[in-house]
Amino acid sequence: MAVAEQVSKWEGSIDDLRGLVSERALTGETMLLNMGPHHPSTHGVLRLLLELDGEEIVTCLPDVGYLHTGIEKTIESKRYEQGVPLTDRMDYLSPMSNNMAFCMAIEKLVDLDVPERAQVIRVMLLEMSRIASHLVWLGTHALDLGAMSVFLYAFRERERILTMFEMLSGQRMMGSYFRPGGVWRDLTPDFLPTLEGFLDIFLAKVDDYELLLTNNPIWIDRTQGIGTIEPDQALAWGVSGPGLRGSGVNWDIRKAMPYSGYEQYDFEVPLGEHGDVFDRYIVRIHEMRESHKIIRQAIKKLETAKGSFRSDDRKFVPPPRSALGQSMEAVIHHFKLWTEGFPAPDEEVFVSIESPRGEIGCYLHGDGGTKPRRVHFKTPSFMHISSLPVITKGYMLADLVAIASSMDVVLGDCDR
Amino acid sequence: MGVTSKLGNLGVVTTTLDAAINWGRTGAMWPLLFGLACCAIEYMSTQASNYDLSRFGMELNRATPRQADLLIVSGRVTRKMAPVVRQLYDQMATPNWVIAMGDCASCGGVYNNYAVVQGVDEIVPVDVYVAGCPPRPEQLLDGIMMLHEKVRRETIKDWA
Repeated sequence: MAVAEQVSKWEGSIDDLRGLVSERALTGETMLLNMGPHHPSTHGVLRLLLELDGEEIVTCLPDVGYLHTGIEKTIESKRYEQGVPLTDRMDYLSPMSNNMAFCMAIEKLVDLDVPERAQVIRVMLLEMSRIASHLVWLGTHALDLGAMSVFLYAFRERERILTMFEMLSGQRMMGSYFRPGGVWRDLTPDFLPTLEGFLDIFLAKVDDYELLLTNNPIWIDRTQGIGTIEPDQALAWGVSGPGLRGSGVNWDIRKAMPYSGYEQYDFEVPLGEHGDVFDRYIVRIHEMRESHKIIRQAIKKLETAKGSFRSDDRKFVPPPRSALGQSMEAVIHHFKLWTEGFPAPDEEVFVSIESPRGEIGCYLHGDGGTKPRRVHFKTPSFMHISSLPVITKGYMLADLVAIASSMDVVLGDCDR
Repeated sequence: MGVTSKLGNLGVVTTTLDAAINWGRTGAMWPLLFGLACCAIEYMSTQASNYDLSRFGMELNRATPRQADLLIVSGRVTRKMAPVVRQLYDQMATPNWVIAMGDCASCGGVYNNYAVVQGVDEIVPVDVYVAGCPPRPEQLLDGIMMLHEKVRRETIKDWA
């Protein structure tokens, strides 16, 4: 019971909070309320220290780190390709995006090309995980505001996407499907027909969600004009993704700094006007439709895409199993890659991609050997949580739940 | 009317106290609405339409530990979170049970490092361990049914 003995009482005094909360809290005029880390609508283990004047939020102090897992440090003790499964578990609503950021950083570091087919498969899966992630967000966001049934509908569609992920990678969520130089395996024969079947029904399902929520008077009352963030404020606090686009800032890394061939796809970037909870909701709903459009284009592009599903640079990518019985060179490459991995130069790289939540950046510093010297992820949820004090100021306590979930924070993404 | 008209007058049903109480306990084992990490998302999937946890009388998640019977530790327990998990467990009224869902809660999983508690059994007693990273909803359901089996074996003599 070594850890249990660490259960400690807070031995600080109210003076420790001086400077963090207003002077009125120290005299007892306003109330200090602790929300979390166990709370049904903090989307994980977020703790917020609230200073309330009646029901009005005066100060909101986020306390993060309850899910700090040491993922970055653990990756530094592993070889490059061994780090991929660990990145899955950061932002666990869209593991593919984390894979993508990490693999792109490795590819940039060792200058490894990705074949066109692999890029198209990646785009397809990234957009599928965007839909899956937005569906979880939609379900839980509606659940927080009291609309129970949307959760059941959203998860029904999400299961179909997870089934397709399972077809490819063998795992529903943590597939580690993206590898340096491409993807793990080629698409299975029954994958594309299943995906087509899903795409055929999906737009109607999005209309269903909108039917339940968009014009619902209760929904409008709870979301419109709540949690407004001005564009310049959003930029100043590093908000990205739908949170930023809800304020009307046209910034999408898929358009601004295209990667994996996103410049070849025709899609819109939905923008909001007021930057409130409702606009962020509408932006995400439209993003699901745009992702649907991108997946359709990717399926078409797959017919003509050149190359294999993975690079054939044997210094970085293991040879196929069938080659091991025929070529001594293949055996040597296989042995080298699985016993010591590939070395990367002593350089630093930074890449960023547009995850469902916003900008995921990966900083990678090689040390000339087969393990990285430093790995760091710049994650959107951390920025979004740090912007909560600004967004929630002056709103009611009940609106806090709506605002926090509209920023789509994932604590695994924030704390890593 | 109803059942009586079809079955006749059944009168009295006899059973043992153990069986009756354990039937009640397994039929309405309310879990604590408590999610930590990735496994919590699979736990939500288990609750949602496709797997429908309410078949086992478990659709009612209680947000307060005072009203919950089952603590499903879904995800990695970090050193910062460990005191909170222990406090939640202590606040639950007996009889209460714990399922360690997933590798991280069972044994630390892939995270053998400074931040993660190597298995939640270091801080609370665990009844059922569910393997997987994260476990499929079917695996969690299997763990829950295994816990039901365990509860059915309890007798009145153990409660004293």
